[in-house]
Amino acid sequence: MEATTHPAVRHAAHPTGLLRWLTTTNHKDIGTLYLSFSLIMFFVGGAMILAVRAELFQPGLQLMQPELFNQLIGVHALVMIFAALMPAATGFANWMIPLMIGAPDMALPRLNNWGFWLLPPAALLLTLPFVLAFFGVGSGAIDTGWTFYAPLSIQAGMGIDFAIFAVHLLGISSIMGSINIIATIFNLRAPGMTLMKMPLFVWGWLITAFLLIATIPVLAGAVTMLLTDRHFGTHFFKAAGGGDPILFQHLFWFFGHPEVYILLLPVWGLMPHVVSAFSRKPIYGYKAQVWSFVAIGILSVIVWAHHFFTAGMPVPALIYFMFSTMSISLPLAVLFFCWIATMWRGSMSFETPMLFATGFIVLFGMAGLTGLVLADVAADAQYHHSYFVVAHFHYALFAGGIMGVMTGVYYWLPKWTGRMYSETVGKWHFWLTVVSFNLTFMPQFFLGLAGMPRRIPDYALQFAEFNAISTVGAFILGFSQLLFAWNVIQCLRGNGQRAPARAWEGARGLEWELPSPPPHHTWETQPDVK
Amino acid sequence: MHSCAPIIPKPRAGWRTLGIPFLLLGVQEAQAAFTWNFPPPVTPVAHETLQVHNEFMLIITVLFTVVFAIMVYSMIKHRKSAGHPAADFTGPRGVLQWFWVLVPFAILLFIDFILMGIPAVHALVEMEDTQSRADLVLKVTGMQWKWQYEYPDSGIRFTSNLATPPDQVANAEAKGDNYLLEVDNPVVLPVGKKVRVLLTSTDVIHTWWVPQFGTKRDAIPGYLRETWVKIDQPGIYRGQCAELCGKGHGFMPVVVEAVPEADYLAWVEKKKTAMAAAANAAERTWSREELLQKGQEVYGKQCVPCHQANGQGLPPAFPPLAGSKVVNTPLLSPDGKVVKDTHVDRVLNGKPGTPMQAFKNILSDMELAAVITYTRNSFGNHQGDMIQPAQIKASR
Repeated sequence: MEATTHPAVRHAAHPTGLLRWLTTTNHKDIGTLYLSFSLIMFFVGGAMILAVRAELFQPGLQLMQPELFNQLIGVHALVMIFAALMPAATGFANWMIPLMIGAPDMALPRLNNWGFWLLPPAALLLTLPFVLAFFGVGSGAIDTGWTFYAPLSIQAGMGIDFAIFAVHLLGISSIMGSINIIATIFNLRAPGMTLMKMPLFVWGWLITAFLLIATIPVLAGAVTMLLTDRHFGTHFFKAAGGGDPILFQHLFWFFGHPEVYILLLPVWGLMPHVVSAFSRKPIYGYKAQVWSFVAIGILSVIVWAHHFFTAGMPVPALIYFMFSTMSISLPLAVLFFCWIATMWRGSMSFETPMLFATGFIVLFGMAGLTGLVLADVAADAQYHHSYFVVAHFHYALFAGGIMGVMTGVYYWLPKWTGRMYSETVGKWHFWLTVVSFNLTFMPQFFLGLAGMPRRIPDYALQFAEFNAISTVGAFILGFSQLLFAWNVIQCLRGNGQRAPARAWEGARGLEWELPSPPPHHTWETQPDVK
Repeated sequence: MHSCAPIIPKPRAGWRTLGIPFLLLGVQEAQAAFTWNFPPPVTPVAHETLQVHNEFMLIITVLFTVVFAIMVYSMIKHRKSAGHPAADFTGPRGVLQWFWVLVPFAILLFIDFILMGIPAVHALVEMEDTQSRADLVLKVTGMQWKWQYEYPDSGIRFTSNLATPPDQVANAEAKGDNYLLEVDNPVVLPVGKKVRVLLTSTDVIHTWWVPQFGTKRDAIPGYLRETWVKIDQPGIYRGQCAELCGKGHGFMPVVVEAVPEADYLAWVEKKKTAMAAAANAAERTWSREELLQKGQEVYGKQCVPCHQANGQGLPPAFPPLAGSKVVNTPLLSPDGKVVKDTHVDRVLNGKPGTPMQAFKNILSDMELAAVITYTRNSFGNHQGDMIQPAQIKASR
């Protein structure tokens, strides 16, 4: 009994070794698990796409047959989205939300543990069919692209079933994570921290969590209908039985478009903190950014059909989806305005997090602007299903998503580990990433304009040189990320300078009032926020 | 070998030139067809799309430049190392600042809904104008992995397959100029005529795309989708399937030959005669040798992508024909009917839910009889029998 009144005593006896990580309910441990998992899967997904880029280096089939090619592109996307980017954002949430709002832990710690430990089995389900096929069982992993489009996915092999169950596990994990985050934000804020005083990162995640709860069940429903079409004789998406292949696209993208903002809102949330810290100036337009998050959240669920304009739809529907999509440019422009206005007349310095933040703003700007033209139905007929769109969403999800995550990692790594990473290696990492990223994806815009469809394992001769450049860029980009891993591992191993509590001169917020690294349990007494 | 196991790269001419020398070579080779923008437009929709695209690219380039010029200016001027002290404002103060904050958004609204919005709606309405009077209808059916074209007005129907030899794909021989963009039977359309294009599919979703037409539309099973083209100059226009449709997705090109109307009408007559000849073929009795020879030709075009030249298929997705239970079933019932799940049934009606097409819609009676006879007497199958085109015709 005495133990329950003295948390420090109770927790002194927590298990060690592997069992500690399996059973942990500590938000920092779980955050670390999420982030480590994300980093590993980032390299797994990256290795897959380097194999694809190697195949595309020159015309003709050199390394693999189309069957394997189709599997690699689909699993690459699923791994990067569900097993690299989303867990990274959830890792940030676990580590930072309690520290930033002055909470002792997440509201539902056991759920938190379960949410993480569903991820490794899901990743296994996604990749296992490769191994099974190697031993002659089944025809390999999901080969329809990450979009599962029916009826191709009804016709395809058992890799689809594996992917469906993987998506179910990932979805359950995301929903539990979201419930936890919402419960934490609404119940565990320090006294005095009203919603409109909450850090923007927490706001970004609050909207993300609601979007996840709203849209993941739709995806889960769609893939379950697919499963019953495949095995139990239903005809939801089979035209021959009166089903509707386009229905699948509606259901998928009702989830799929908000998913883009699910990946990006946490990043947009952390960006103002970093820009403000290195500009040594408070965040500009806090309220405007909060309401932009809300507006983007609402708009995100009413624009889904712009992902399949070429499927054909009535003219009024085309016009509606075109203008609703273009409307997203307004709240997004507010965010860009606020980021730049936060820099304006500041006293800037460019450590690695700030370099990544500025790189993010510029390159993500290109994603936004190309997104604006993609909304135009007539021009979309040329861009869609082509490499233009591949380039566009990699500017959004690599330069926006991954580089945004890296901004956050470099910013908070000293807080998490108590060590400063190597600034020299960090800068090399940034410059190599930015240059090789553009080398990889800029040519893809032009490939798309010239008429190269996406998801083809082999291509006509006029696409040869841009593909060769893109492949060279991709390999530099891929191997540059080893510098990032090196930097993170150095900090984890306790190398590097000791980081002070406030690791960055201009950093503001509750998390910087704790020592670096923070003790296992923090804010056992909630701070007062004025 | 397993279907998804990677091929071990054998030393080949192309493979040995990896690296920088290849890059330089590639530049020279590709220069002719190389382009930074859409290929030259040849339809009203493509002209308008290119114009809209160019205008939008200009707008976003200006936006990008202005916004990031401001940011870069700030990054240079407002640096700690340049001794710039930090201000502490967190929002607009006073009417003038509010004005400068709101102006960019007013401009953006104007760009979204007027500057881009109006031309975008105009182009969209033009693109969707499939209902007004068309001179000609072309029906396009996507199937794994070829296109079938039908001209309802003249009753012409044929399939269009990739003509690039597999050896070029496998880097065993030099690649031709139109590598992967060449077919055995191109679609022929008259210039200056409005052609209403109807699209559907027999299996999975495909997308019919010719970049120079500015149109791209999905071919969806169970749906009839439409678009239109009015080609303004004669020429050969090449495109590809644009929606992932399985292993042959990269290998089902679209080739359209646009010709003056007189040439088009001549082509229609020629096609009609050829089709009549094919129909007449069912009237006479064919010898076994004739059937086997024709069957091998048909097999090479229609069946090899899945069942392979040696009849071994690519299991588990594409079963072998050699020693196949289905292939080695009796031909027809005693009264000349097709029996379910026999060889003839599978070829004629396909297997729903798989890439195996219903070939009765694709091949003539003669071709069907030939390819059935060929497959049951090849790859170690020794049925020793044959089926006549007339029998196929009677069983339909």
